[in-house]
Amino acid sequence: MTIEVKNLVKKFGTFAALDGVDLKIGNGELLALLGPSGSGKTTLLRIIAGLDWPDSGEVSFDGENALVRGAGERQVGFVFQHYALFRHMTVFENVAFGLRVQPRSIRKDDASIRARVKELLDLVQLDWLAGRYPSQLSGGQRQRIALARALAIAPRILLLDEPFGALDAKVRKELRQWLRSLHQEINVTSIFVTHDQEEALEVANRVVVMDKGRIEQIGTPGDVYDNPATAFVHGFIGESIVLPVNVSDGRVRLGDKALKIAADGASSGASKLFVRRHDMQVGPAGSGSLEGSVRQVRSFGPIQRAVVALCGGEIIEIDAPRDRELQAGEIVGLEPRRYRIFAA
Amino acid sequence: MTMELQQSLEYAAPEVRSRVRPFAAPDDVRSEPRFVRIGIIALATAFLSVFVVLPLVVVFAQAFSKGVSAYFAALSDPEALSAIRLTLLVAAISVSLNLVFGVIAAWAIAKFEFSGKTALVTLIDLPFSVSPVISGLVFVLLFGAQGYWGPWLQSHNIHVLFALPGIALATSFVTFPFVARALIPLMQEQGTQEEEAAISLGASGLQTFFRVTLPNIKWGVLYGVLLCNARAMGEFGAVSVVSGHVRGETNTMPLLVEILYNEYQFVSSFAIASLLAMLALITLIAKTMLERHIDEEELPHDD
Repeated sequence: MTIEVKNLVKKFGTFAALDGVDLKIGNGELLALLGPSGSGKTTLLRIIAGLDWPDSGEVSFDGENALVRGAGERQVGFVFQHYALFRHMTVFENVAFGLRVQPRSIRKDDASIRARVKELLDLVQLDWLAGRYPSQLSGGQRQRIALARALAIAPRILLLDEPFGALDAKVRKELRQWLRSLHQEINVTSIFVTHDQEEALEVANRVVVMDKGRIEQIGTPGDVYDNPATAFVHGFIGESIVLPVNVSDGRVRLGDKALKIAADGASSGASKLFVRRHDMQVGPAGSGSLEGSVRQVRSFGPIQRAVVALCGGEIIEIDAPRDRELQAGEIVGLEPRRYRIFAA
Repeated sequence: MTMELQQSLEYAAPEVRSRVRPFAAPDDVRSEPRFVRIGIIALATAFLSVFVVLPLVVVFAQAFSKGVSAYFAALSDPEALSAIRLTLLVAAISVSLNLVFGVIAAWAIAKFEFSGKTALVTLIDLPFSVSPVISGLVFVLLFGAQGYWGPWLQSHNIHVLFALPGIALATSFVTFPFVARALIPLMQEQGTQEEEAAISLGASGLQTFFRVTLPNIKWGVLYGVLLCNARAMGEFGAVSVVSGHVRGETNTMPLLVEILYNEYQFVSSFAIASLLAMLALITLIAKTMLERHIDEEELPHDD
């Protein structure tokens, strides 16, 4: 199932939740909508599901206008952020719900419904919980039951709203892996919303970065991380050092100090220099075009994280390998290995 | 509180118990001196005894003052039976009406956004803030002989005032808020996600209501019905205005209690009053039980 969204606009009062969104999603993709809260990602998901309606724009499934159909007719599986399991029904009845409410003409008999529910509970590996109520389940279990319930109607599209948002870190990691392999197994076009960049980069085939109701960048996880299209994407994905610089005549200046880096075609004027924390080369004093004194060093795992005060007064955090231990008070030279310059 | 804590600790592992007990010493956490605590508790108990328990006891004592047979004779009097029958009928009508309207109103307020919502919420409370006598008078003004629709009703020989329809209308009006009030906070707290889930799974509006919404609020509905029923049976002011006090025909139980009392028929009067008192006690017990279930309904099911 392919999904196409054209020029979607949705306003809540004067607030534009979606401000002209265009997006094409291919068959069998696992797509992440990534953005801060208020970026419109959940609104986009709800409009695709038919739970909200746009003010203008188009949504089509396989080239067919989806907006003329209600949520129930779109065959969309939706997993809610807080699962929205029916609290008065057992796990079994929750999963069976979508099959039991089908119109009589196409509804399966009780035995096949039971068989199908059993199959789905096996798929999410929770068949032993069939008789429990949602309040008796852990967060991760509820999440998987919500997924099984959404899959019961044989959806053509699977939509997940912050699927791991309410879970603790360990369960979240496990479920990410699990969702990936599940997607490979059932291969349904899937979209999930998240504000957690790590989650988006780790799980999705393609990532859509959104901000303020607009799409900032669409690309593979590698793309959006290595080649951020805008300052927002650079700042939002991965930890970045941001320095206010001035570009003129192809030279980059920080304060009155000229840096040894090329402007890379950045236009003249006040700009922002973005460097990943680990892309800042640290050496002895005088070794780089920037200089600063180490204020604080914390070492963990393979890196040491240093807080460095630059001569101009800016305080930055860098991640350095542990081959040479840094000392607080030490003067170091810094040189950006990879960087991007965006107009301020 | 301390009691509860200790009770709940009995189910805890022994090591937890031994760890917690020393810190839960009751006298350390309360700074009030002992005599203040005892004084406050005594005052509350005394107040309740005088104003609640004593009247209840008096009602039953008076009802049985001439013996059990006099009590049952008073209750089986045709006038008493008619009053009981009328009261039950009126309560049944107004509870069913308010059940339907209350659920609809609560549904509209809790699940949809629309302009004028605040006004609607305020209007729902109107019957509580208006004196019941005024509520009754409103119906006299509408349906009375000199009233707004009076002449038309009279010419078509329809009796509203001083008859069952008038009493049922007035009672329904006075008891309208109970069901809606019980449901609005419950439904607001539950939100609309489960309904959205049902709809996205292909359920129709009716299926969603009967399979998801209603089961989720069933204890709240029962709670509202219970209070609505208690008030409907006990309503005096509004009914008194519209009933016309036709003996054996339009007297409800509370009206009959007053009439008999004014005629110095104390046993009969208190016998019927004792029925109302029993209704109150049963309502109270049922209410306590229902409140426990409603807490479960409100229990957040995600964390």
